Amino acid sequence: MEFKPLTCEDKPKVRFLVVDDSVFARKNLCKMVQAFGGEIAAEAGDGVAAIAEYDSTHPDIVLMDITMPKMEGIEAVERIVRDHPDARIVMVSSVGYQDNILSALQKGARHFVQKPVKPEALYEIIRYVLNDKAVETPATAGVTRS
Amino acid sequence: MKMDLIQPFINSLDAVIAETMGCSAEIADVSMDEGNYQRTGVAALVGISGEIEGRVILDMDTAAAHQAAAELTGAVNEQTETAARETVCELTNMVIGNAVTQLNNMGFKFRVHPPEIYALSSGLLGSRDTEAVVLRFETPKGTVHLNIAVRYKQRRSGERFATGVLCP
Repeated sequence: MEFKPLTCEDKPKVRFLVVDDSVFARKNLCKMVQAFGGEIAAEAGDGVAAIAEYDSTHPDIVLMDITMPKMEGIEAVERIVRDHPDARIVMVSSVGYQDNILSALQKGARHFVQKPVKPEALYEIIRYVLNDKAVETPATAGVTRS
Repeated sequence: MKMDLIQPFINSLDAVIAETMGCSAEIADVSMDEGNYQRTGVAALVGISGEIEGRVILDMDTAAAHQAAAELTGAVNEQTETAARETVCELTNMVIGNAVTQLNNMGFKFRVHPPEIYALSSGLLGSRDTEAVVLRFETPKGTVHLNIAVRYKQRRSGERFATGVLCP
């Protein structure tokens, strides 16, 4: 499937921070980001590294896992958003129960997508988060932060 | 072991294999295991703690793990042991994550720990309360075993007098 390259505030490429403790999952997400015309600003394997990478690279968007060693994704979201209120963070996790989703959104995440990730669903979610354009797919309905 | 606890894992494995590997997974055998689980290929373990506790092992035959790694990362010529392990860990994470999502939405509160490679050829013992159910799935790309040893840590009040909740 071909994707129209993502855009954000007239930047030539949207820059991503990909956070997941699984190298495999990061590779997979990076492959999707590249298919979307995005650029990988950095990768991190846990919440602590994610905060450091965010501070040094200031990405346009963060794809954040939840269950990780050292610091889980929801705590990392809280800390990043506390220092960078405009941070755009999309949670990407296999654990998609309501408490988790609500907690992530309350801490400042913009959206949630459950693994296994469908590239077309992730693309639409990222477009929505980047551009505030209302796109709702069955997989994402009702999980956007109000 | 109550079927309510097992069914979400079966549904989840079927869905994850279909989504990630593009094929179906049929249950070929179901057995109970009270002894050490002996892995047959590349295996990963996820621990669960909370109202339900225990662990689940996903064990994929080595050829299928290599094939899944190559297909999912697009690195067809890169069939390394590490890639196969990472693939099985992430597939395990997805299967268990999706299953616990269903269980959590049924009202059980618990947390999932990050997957670990199950490197031993023999390992954790089952016990009277955590006797493992071993499901063998056949897919066109190889065999997958799911070894599930979970139990209620503390039965909820509504189920306290239910019969057949745990076996034996």
